[in-house]
Amino acid sequence: MKRHLISAADLSRDDAVLILDTAEELARLADRPIKKLPTLRGRTVVNLFFEDSTRTRISFEAAAKRLSADVINFSAKGSSVSKGESLKDTALTLEAMGADAVVIRHHASGAPHRLATSGWINGAVVNAGDGTHEHPTQALLDAFTVRRHLSPAASGVGQDLAGRRITIVGDVLHSRVARSNVHLLSTLGAEVTLVAPPTLVPFGVESWPCEVSYDLDAVVGKTDAVMMLRVQRERMNAAFFPTEREYARRYGLDGDRMARMPEHAIVMHPGPMNRGMEITAEVADSDRCTAVEQVANGVSIRMAVLYLLLGGNESAVAAARTEESK
Amino acid sequence: MTMSDTHKTLLRGAKVLGGEPRDVLIEGERIAAVGTGLDPDGATVIDAAGQILLPGLVDLHTHLREPGREDSETVLTGTRAAAIGGFTAVHAMANTFPVADTAGVVEQVWRLGKESGYCDVQPVGAVTVGLEGKKLAELGAMHDSAAGVRVFSDDGKCVDDAVIMRRALEYVKAFDGVIAQHAQEPRLTEGAQMNEGVVSAELGLGGWPAVAEESIIARDVLLAAHVGSRVHICHLSTAGSVEIVRWAKSKGWHVTAEVTPHHLLLTDELVRSYDPVYKVNPPLRTEADVMALREALADGTIDCVATDHAPHPHEDKDCEWGAAAMGMVGLETALSVVQHTMVDTGLLDWTGVADRMSVRPSAIGRLTGHGRPIAAGEPANLTLLDSAYRGVVNPAGFASRSRNTPYEGRELPGRVTYTFLRGRATVVDGKLA
Repeated sequence: MKRHLISAADLSRDDAVLILDTAEELARLADRPIKKLPTLRGRTVVNLFFEDSTRTRISFEAAAKRLSADVINFSAKGSSVSKGESLKDTALTLEAMGADAVVIRHHASGAPHRLATSGWINGAVVNAGDGTHEHPTQALLDAFTVRRHLSPAASGVGQDLAGRRITIVGDVLHSRVARSNVHLLSTLGAEVTLVAPPTLVPFGVESWPCEVSYDLDAVVGKTDAVMMLRVQRERMNAAFFPTEREYARRYGLDGDRMARMPEHAIVMHPGPMNRGMEITAEVADSDRCTAVEQVANGVSIRMAVLYLLLGGNESAVAAARTEESK
Repeated sequence: MTMSDTHKTLLRGAKVLGGEPRDVLIEGERIAAVGTGLDPDGATVIDAAGQILLPGLVDLHTHLREPGREDSETVLTGTRAAAIGGFTAVHAMANTFPVADTAGVVEQVWRLGKESGYCDVQPVGAVTVGLEGKKLAELGAMHDSAAGVRVFSDDGKCVDDAVIMRRALEYVKAFDGVIAQHAQEPRLTEGAQMNEGVVSAELGLGGWPAVAEESIIARDVLLAAHVGSRVHICHLSTAGSVEIVRWAKSKGWHVTAEVTPHHLLLTDELVRSYDPVYKVNPPLRTEADVMALREALADGTIDCVATDHAPHPHEDKDCEWGAAAMGMVGLETALSVVQHTMVDTGLLDWTGVADRMSVRPSAIGRLTGHGRPIAAGEPANLTLLDSAYRGVVNPAGFASRSRNTPYEGRELPGRVTYTFLRGRATVVDGKLA
């Protein structure tokens, strides 16, 4: 593992499988009455959030706390950042407080990269979503979810996603989730297809390790997992597509389309969902939709990431056993 | 600084425009003689053996930041940087605070240039009031002022309204002015952070598509042709723009264009570092664009090199990409970059460099005392270059107040050893006089 987790593209296949396997081990904790490991006792994890994101923040917070780390939540709203403090000065402040890891969510693409390479801080940097660039822990939890469903034996431990067909549908242009997933899923051997109206496909996508289609109906029958992306409200008035209804008709997932998916195929959504827009209530509430499970898996994945970045490379469960025997 | 009209300097053995060694005698403000074995006769003798003698460089596109942003540059520090870079005249862009859209502001900048004494400062006037693109500024008043403005530009912003652009082009015909257009279609570049292409898609940074530049250039060359006026294209950056300018010139229309040193060398691959020192407008493009720009500068489709020297304070670059200011300093490295990209590659000889960095920019700006031949009787605006020098760029040593260079740590060839402004050395042995 590298010292930071900035981009899913930085992960090798073995790195990624190690994180998924570690998450699988740590997930077992959730079934115990006491969900806590002492692994990161005395270490400080700062959640540095320049963008509102209650879901991702509490997921990281739960992950760090289950590993017994001290957690500091730093939200840009109501802080010195809103008074004009620079990222640099914020970083220097956190460094002075002894942050061992900084989990950063920022509206500017590249802000985590900058934080990790600028020399402002010494701790590990975890990208919790930067602008329209990447959201690597989301991709990891998505891969984890796919593996659990499609490789049921031993929850797929040790395995990658070779040969799996995964379809990502929606606003790829503005999606950090899509970027991270394309990198990670292809690294893990999956065949990724992006489906979107041409206006929401990035210029230069030909160089990405994936296929592109403008036709959802042509793809749903040949997929093992369909990942629906949230369509941001602000895109709706910027001529990316004519109307919400037309978008929903052409690129939304409804019961009819879901019925044409292979029986084993799952429906994923990073949340929060726009019911009636990219996904109908019928699909969102069906037992093929893994949205809620993805949230739970997110905690396991973030535990694994923090553990591997801060704790070392030994087996997480072995470490847990050692702690238990004390 | 005071002028010494009677002072004499003899440059011994300089390669005039890269040619055979010649002695050049400067007397007062003028070149007194060019020949071999000239008698020093009390002159200060400078051993220029092996060095290249060029006419003093002229920059059509400089941001001196004064008035308003003296924390990043002043007319004094900017002209010092210009002298170090071998420039004897710079055109000071209008996007100051207040904007140079009145006779009062252009005269202030002009006067500050006179007082600095390091190089001539020719103010550029804004095309529209406040650079807002809505109402023509008093172009005639700026022309008639002591500053004698002939180049008008809303640089930093595009004159995107076709009617305003047409009127501006027409209006300046009355005094042989030229509109220097910052070609950027605003709607196509909302939220733009870097060149739109493979790299922007990966990095998730808002794209600045080539078509946003090319569509404005296409419109403006047609407008200039229609009204019979002169248009100059600032910092042309794409292969497609080159094609349009080449076509317009083939029609005989009065279209000129400039390219910056950084667009001759750097590409958008550098943005992968997310280091805002590479953030500039127009953005760094692709390798194919760089090669097309070099070729166009070599064949004369692009008339000149202009620095777009854009100083910014440290804090405006020591931050995340999205929050950073656009622009790079360029005066002190321009000639080195041109040597590296154009001369050392065999695309341009030193006569060509003199043409693209002095003669043609002077002609576009209608400067009479610059861009002249190196011959007896001509104004002694001269630059002496040690082209054999190799050095690593160290911004700590810059004369500019700002340090935002993309070349830090990069080895570049060539070093200006002497710059003469009307006979007086502004740079001596590579240092400010």
